Amino acid sequence: MKKLTRITGIFLLQIIICNAAVAQDVDLLQLAGDNTPKKEIVKNAFKSTRVINSQSMEFLSPGTMDFRILHRFGEVNKGYENFFGLDQASMRMGFDFGILQNLMFGFGRSTYKKELDGFIKFAPIRQSTGQQNFPVTVALVAGMTMNTSPWTDPTRKNYTSSKLAYYFQAIIGRKFSDAITLQVTPTMLHQNLVPLATQSNDLYAVGFGGRIKFTKRMAFTWDYSYVFNPMDPEIFHNPLSAGIDIETGGHVFQLHFSNSTGMNERAFLSETTGDWAKGDIRFGFNLSRVFQIGGKKKQLK
Amino acid sequence: MKKLLALLAIGAIMNTVKAQDKYFTKTGKVKFDATEKNSPENINGWNNTVTCVLDTKTGNFQFAVLIKGFEFDRALMMEHFNENYMESDKFPKAEFRGQVMDNNPGNYQKNGSYDVVVKGKMTMHGETKEIETKGKISVQNGNLLAVADFPIPLSDYKISIPSLVADKVAKVATVKVDCSLMPLK
Repeated sequence: MKKLTRITGIFLLQIIICNAAVAQDVDLLQLAGDNTPKKEIVKNAFKSTRVINSQSMEFLSPGTMDFRILHRFGEVNKGYENFFGLDQASMRMGFDFGILQNLMFGFGRSTYKKELDGFIKFAPIRQSTGQQNFPVTVALVAGMTMNTSPWTDPTRKNYTSSKLAYYFQAIIGRKFSDAITLQVTPTMLHQNLVPLATQSNDLYAVGFGGRIKFTKRMAFTWDYSYVFNPMDPEIFHNPLSAGIDIETGGHVFQLHFSNSTGMNERAFLSETTGDWAKGDIRFGFNLSRVFQIGGKKKQLK
Repeated sequence: MKKLLALLAIGAIMNTVKAQDKYFTKTGKVKFDATEKNSPENINGWNNTVTCVLDTKTGNFQFAVLIKGFEFDRALMMEHFNENYMESDKFPKAEFRGQVMDNNPGNYQKNGSYDVVVKGKMTMHGETKEIETKGKISVQNGNLLAVADFPIPLSDYKISIPSLVADKVAKVATVKVDCSLMPLK
């Protein structure tokens, strides 16, 4: 009798459970399993792969090419005779390529000192969300510049290697929210040839950059580099730039004011002569246009 | 003891019978097209990781789409889709929870193709709207194929198109659903 009661009990319990399942408005999607991804890379920390002058923690998508035209006009304090600096212009034209989600390279040429530059940027760690997340992106940049202007003193023995400079950089950045991104970039720059024997070939700097996005398509950006051992602190200053990013369909316009003329790491870290305090600032813009050149995904149907 | 086992077995069978009412997929396809007429640019994306569940007994029909799962021919378009239009960090999923109207469980037992009307709530970009659409469910050897095609007015879901690209992006996107469902075990 006892056994029978127990069996009946189990049976009833089962019926209750089954019915309960029917009675509830079952979340069918829950039955099929959760489809939230485990790990997701945080993207769009910056609109562009550069904050303004310096590299940002952002990468190009694989198979895309970014055509960049950068302009720095003359100093604003030159007055209206020079149209507030707009009479002069220094420019850099460059091409960047996205290879992998975390690997890109690029090259460009600046009119300033007729410099060629190239770099490769790789991020071993990307900021991500999900279960195995990581709070920051860590990216490494290695770059090289080559001065292609004629030798200043052709009579002495010149070496091609004297025209080269190298830089190595780590970018540690975090997109704190949709609106706020900050990054720190310790940098080391080595110049094979410096003007004076007393000057150091190695230059150490730490860069700071950030973005405050205030609408979907506009953001305020700034970047600053503190140089620990400038070649001559009387002449050279730390580069500071601030401006806004405007994104239209396929272009990103970065309009800004900066005290540096140079648009590659060697130039703006070691040869920024403008002083913000004296108004030696320049208006400038970066124009970025991204093209899809490869890696097109084939649509299934 | 034997009786107990028998009852447990019956219970287990009851559960499986119930489970076979449900069909699902995690690799359903959703394609959307927001190309404005005469635009030189094709704006379309597709997602092959759609979760879809149909309870043939009750006619309950639900699907979930991860917005970041949409793929595009052009990477930049995908970025804009996620960042500017769908805001997929804030609203990672689109969901539909609805009902096959005049659901007839017997239909799913034999091979054939049935026109159905599906009605329910679509949640996307943080907005929920009632939608009703015609679709087709084909039954073939115990598997179901659910196909539907319906318009989504972007303004209904507070997805705003800036005037700059208004000639490229349609105000009403066309969505195609194509899900091959298997019995849910």
